[in-house]
Amino acid sequence: MRRNWNAIWMVAQREFQDQFRDWRIIVPMFIMVALFPFIADNSTRQAINFMNRFGGDLILDRIIPFVVLVIGFFPLSFTLIVALESFVGEKERGTIEPLLSSPLDDRHLYLGKLLVGVSTPLLFSYGSVGLYLLLLSRRDVEFPSAYMMTLILSLTFAHAVLMVSSAIVISVQATTIRAANLLASFVVVPVAFLLQGETVLIFWGDEGVLFYAVVGLTILSGLLIRLGLSHFKREYLLGREIDTLNFKSIGRTFLARVTGNAKSIFEWYRVEIPATLRQLRQPLLIVISVAVLTIAAAYLWVVIYVPTYIEITPERVQESQKYLSANIGNLDFLSENVPAPWLFFSNVRATILFLFAGLISFATLAVTLFMVNMALVGVVLGGASLIHFSPVMVFAVAILPHGLFELTAVTIATAAVLKVGAVLVTPQPDKSMGEVFILSLADWFRVFIGLVVPLLAIAAMIEVYLTPVIIKMAFPYL
Amino acid sequence: MIESNDLSKQFNNEFWAVDGVNLNVQPGQILALLGQNGAGKTTTVRMLTALLSPTRGWARVGGYDVVKHPQEVRANVGVLTEQHGLYMRMTGEEYLDFFGKVYGLDAKTRKSRSDYLLDYFGLKEAARQRSGEYSKGMKQKLALARALIHDPAVLLLDEPTSAMDPESAQLVRNEISRLRSSSRTIIICTHNLAEAEALSDQIAIIYRGKILLNGTLEELKRTVLGPVEYEAKFAHEFDAGEFELPSGAELTSRSATSLRFRVEAPQDVNPKLVNALTSRNAPLVSFQEVPKKLEHVYLKTMADAQGVTYAA
Repeated sequence: MRRNWNAIWMVAQREFQDQFRDWRIIVPMFIMVALFPFIADNSTRQAINFMNRFGGDLILDRIIPFVVLVIGFFPLSFTLIVALESFVGEKERGTIEPLLSSPLDDRHLYLGKLLVGVSTPLLFSYGSVGLYLLLLSRRDVEFPSAYMMTLILSLTFAHAVLMVSSAIVISVQATTIRAANLLASFVVVPVAFLLQGETVLIFWGDEGVLFYAVVGLTILSGLLIRLGLSHFKREYLLGREIDTLNFKSIGRTFLARVTGNAKSIFEWYRVEIPATLRQLRQPLLIVISVAVLTIAAAYLWVVIYVPTYIEITPERVQESQKYLSANIGNLDFLSENVPAPWLFFSNVRATILFLFAGLISFATLAVTLFMVNMALVGVVLGGASLIHFSPVMVFAVAILPHGLFELTAVTIATAAVLKVGAVLVTPQPDKSMGEVFILSLADWFRVFIGLVVPLLAIAAMIEVYLTPVIIKMAFPYL
Repeated sequence: MIESNDLSKQFNNEFWAVDGVNLNVQPGQILALLGQNGAGKTTTVRMLTALLSPTRGWARVGGYDVVKHPQEVRANVGVLTEQHGLYMRMTGEEYLDFFGKVYGLDAKTRKSRSDYLLDYFGLKEAARQRSGEYSKGMKQKLALARALIHDPAVLLLDEPTSAMDPESAQLVRNEISRLRSSSRTIIICTHNLAEAEALSDQIAIIYRGKILLNGTLEELKRTVLGPVEYEAKFAHEFDAGEFELPSGAELTSRSATSLRFRVEAPQDVNPKLVNALTSRNAPLVSFQEVPKKLEHVYLKTMADAQGVTYAA
């Protein structure tokens, strides 16, 4: 442990020295730290005066945490420069090879550089926030609570780690600073959206949600660090000489993986699809467990907590049952209001959304979206229970007929995304990150096109044409 | 010691940068690896430094397998890379100290090694200057000092004297020779054929990832250029006419004042040849080997590999 830390610190120390001798990094940072809090203080004063004139206490409460978040973020923009300079810069200048030729471990190099990439901008960021708070202390304004400040400073920390670890992932792919800077927009744009989302949360004022945002970002940063660690390999760093995209080769690799060794569609279904499902055994097990737990948790939450908000009286139960009974006939027009093709495309779109959400979050967002869907099932069953319907019967009649296909499709799709996320953050000694990405995507596509799409098509037909009939028939026995 | 067998590296599943390289360099020997740019020299060196893993074959450096014990390999190897790779904002002293730390040397050893190397390469005066302010040659010397900081058993040097002035280059060559005499195993990748000729015990010529030739300079000359040629020079025009040559000698060219012979076994044939000439009252001024340089060997080998005619 001590030996590891010494090696990491050795790398970091040299980087710190290099950074603090580079005026191109230090001077703008100092200017930013020294100037921005004053500008922000002045803007805050004007905003407060404006609010005091026209009223807006709520916004007034939230404006300081928001400014702290923004002030903290500005110096963080240097994380990208520092990280790209430290990784791609070394590659471009040829200084990385002597370092890679030394007995230092890959992870020592990676973590040493990560430490520097995060800590210098963070130091300036916290310095900037500190100066702003100092300026603010002269004014007659209410400071944000210690908890809120902790949340915002944690968010700033998570931003720094997120940006540096993403920059490192980019750096591994690029061989020149120019190419890395171009790729860096893939970091800047999502982080800008993230900042907007966090601003909304601050103005919304729900500290609980903000806490979960911090947790989510920390998990994402951790996964990105793991991704960087698994792909920061000597072999790969020196194996690439030029940044080229070989679309032909990408297409060939992708197609070969999707089709496998199958000579016909029947062989593909007979050999390749079962093989893919076997590979998905572990993620499937996880996703099924998550589904069962989420449905149960949502069901219990409704059954236990809803009565504390709404009094469930016999009259109210009767009223609800009557309402359902009166409107059961509407199911006859379901196919007109919700046509099967629309339902099918909507579900296909949702599973593709799962993939994109999963790709930017190493499957965590995809699993979260899946949990939301499963929670809805639990909520429906819990609601049925509250109005004295049998939840088992409701499940069997209203969900199972199409759910057998739809839930299976969504579960498989989520498991496939989970596998993509897991593969991306797992070291693959003989494959580049690009290869891993293409192959994982091909694996997902194979499942998607071979199983998910047909299952969703069948589910949509059943949901529109069969489930309403079954519900109507079984309704008196619910 | 460096050994490799069928050492090969393929990139992108299609291009073989190195293909079936066999090497055997003993302690106290220098191997010069010659070849065009992109021939596979750097990839070979990178595999021997455990930076790239071989696609096929194996290599042992300093007694360690490059795949099974990469860290031990790297700890025992000093590498001078193609680009000097210096940190421009570090002073020479700081740079050597940093790499000393990286190689696990204690502070006292770091100081003494660093002082010795800076002094040896004439960088003592500039030790506290940032390396960004160094001349090209000084940078190269500092990079070489870095490769030597941990006194490695194996040295892999890519163009060790490029960008150096003649005095500095000589200094570096002397240091390499000294290292050889202290039983270091050394591989030099170079385009400087005179340097390779002067320093190396073994020469390997690599072309498109394959070793075309490997052996001592004499072996290479014999293989590529054929038996040694000797030239007899005369004081004035001399018509040797038709005379019987001793067996093992062949007349290859003649001019009014000289004759050239190709000789299979000089130690047996040359005395007879000189005897034959003097018995014909040839005004012999000198009888000596026609110098053949590594350059001829290299260019002929390359021409043969490319299927073009070599014009000496």
